[in-house]
Amino acid sequence: MSSELMIEMKNVHKWFGELHVLNDINLEINKGEKIVICGPSGSGKSTLIRCINRLEEHQRGNIIVEGTELTNDSRSIERIRGEVGMVFQQFNLFPHLSILDNCSLAPIWVRKLPKAEAKEKAMEYLKRVQIDDQAHKYPAQLSGGQQQRAAIARALCMEPRIMLFDEPTSALDPEMIKEVLDVMVGLAQGGMTMIVVTHEMGFAKEVADSIIFMDEGQIVEAKNPKDFFDNPESERTKTFLSQIL
Amino acid sequence: MSTTNKEIGPPVIELGVMGWLRKNLFSNWYNSLLTISGLYLLYILIPPLVNWIFLDANFVGSTRDDCTNEGACWIFIQQNIKLIFYGLYPTEELWRVNFVYLILLISGIYLLIPNLKRKGWVGAFLLIIFPIICVVMLSGGLGLEAVETRLWGGLFLTLVIAGVGIVLSLPIGVMLALGRRSKLPVVSLLCTIFIEIWRGVPLITVLFMASNMFPLFMPEGVNFDKLIRALIGVMFFSAAYLAEVVRGGLQAMPKGQYEASQAVGLTYWRMMALVILPQSLKMVIPAIIGSFIAIFKDTTLVLVIGLFDFLGIIQFVGTNPDWLGFSHEGYVFAAAVFWVFCYAMSWYSQRLEKKLDTGR
Repeated sequence: MSSELMIEMKNVHKWFGELHVLNDINLEINKGEKIVICGPSGSGKSTLIRCINRLEEHQRGNIIVEGTELTNDSRSIERIRGEVGMVFQQFNLFPHLSILDNCSLAPIWVRKLPKAEAKEKAMEYLKRVQIDDQAHKYPAQLSGGQQQRAAIARALCMEPRIMLFDEPTSALDPEMIKEVLDVMVGLAQGGMTMIVVTHEMGFAKEVADSIIFMDEGQIVEAKNPKDFFDNPESERTKTFLSQIL
Repeated sequence: MSTTNKEIGPPVIELGVMGWLRKNLFSNWYNSLLTISGLYLLYILIPPLVNWIFLDANFVGSTRDDCTNEGACWIFIQQNIKLIFYGLYPTEELWRVNFVYLILLISGIYLLIPNLKRKGWVGAFLLIIFPIICVVMLSGGLGLEAVETRLWGGLFLTLVIAGVGIVLSLPIGVMLALGRRSKLPVVSLLCTIFIEIWRGVPLITVLFMASNMFPLFMPEGVNFDKLIRALIGVMFFSAAYLAEVVRGGLQAMPKGQYEASQAVGLTYWRMMALVILPQSLKMVIPAIIGSFIAIFKDTTLVLVIGLFDFLGIIQFVGTNPDWLGFSHEGYVFAAAVFWVFCYAMSWYSQRLEKKLDTGR
């Protein structure tokens, strides 16, 4: 695996009003790396990945994605969003469009692909997440697990080089979590650069190159899975692990 | 499932006409009382009304002497039908108005029939080419004799004002709503001021201003057509109300829809056009149609600036010495026609809602 730098965060800070949600975040992610971020709620883990595609604005420090620094310049934001796919906890599919149209919308309007080609490619990705038979249904007609897989396909249709997952299985019924995780594992094995906010520790053990534990806006610990689970250094990490394992 | 469960049907009392009556009309003593008094009220009201409108009414004839005065005299409407429908529009040019109606009717029916192809083209024709046809056909030009707008009147004028008001106010309203929610403070402030000023003024004042005050601000010699001034007034008035309706829809959109659109790289205008507006407009269809219906009925106010719309001309015809004393017929007829148009809009909105429902 080459060590091409994909995402670089340097001394990143962010406040919501008085609340210091990101406190001096430093992070380097190479091509093909899979990072899992965990931590208690309110620790800033979602905010961190949402800063990478500018759904949240950081107030101090630098975020550089694939050589482009995130600034207020809308062109830099657009370029980065084109390279970064995102999957949300609540799926956020477009309810007024069929699954196929959900997937082909951005390729047609952002990538300017011809309609037929965009739909063909959308079907390809839907097949990959195994819901090509649902392509003409509307989101409300699908189960949660199917919706989340459709959302993954929608992100993949833009052929991103980085995928962000914001608690992708937290809103799912237990029996549907596996089908989504399987898709994510497949994606990881395909070499995608991934940052995943999740509490699925089984997934983290299997896939992650490194696990980051966050608390109160800071990165408390960042280690490979074996060390993370076997010898956590900080007390906070130990308490957290004892609560969720 | 065991077979015994199948054998137990619902209680007989729930089934059939008797069951329905018992359940919905006579479920207890006060429901029964209400049902019976309701039926009695209908019995008092309906037969005289039917007698007046249909059974005792006069339908054939040419002067008021043909009216027997027992029921309604529809000869009044029939004899004045040209005035009521077209105002003072020259009789020999009426085919132009009818031609425009015909185009509208054909394209309207085409759009209503399900599963026809190229509806987008028909819609685009109606929105872009049809208005040009209207202007040329109705007011003249390209070899057609000019017909001044002061001759326009009746139902025709009502449809022109309401049509232009409705068609133009929606896009303006949407832009105002987007502007009011804009992150740019100047845009947001300007839109808010515009909306609040128009909403804070009665339509009648707007029309007076458009008709009497506006010319004072114009340089001498520049003279806008009175109808155009009224149209602009109605349009902005309606747009201000629609802007708030649309804003309500925008506010009801979950934040996730904005985020998902941004995450796939849609720019602001594409996000709005492709994701946010289709959903939020759908949510507020009933309120939008409500605004349209209100504007349709409010066009009657143009009477105060001397334009004779449908209702205005019916009142005017009633003052004709030959036809004094027939205002009841006039008002009942006006009410019926207004109801037909308003109900058509309401029906269409329900149809649209059902069609666009994707089960969220």
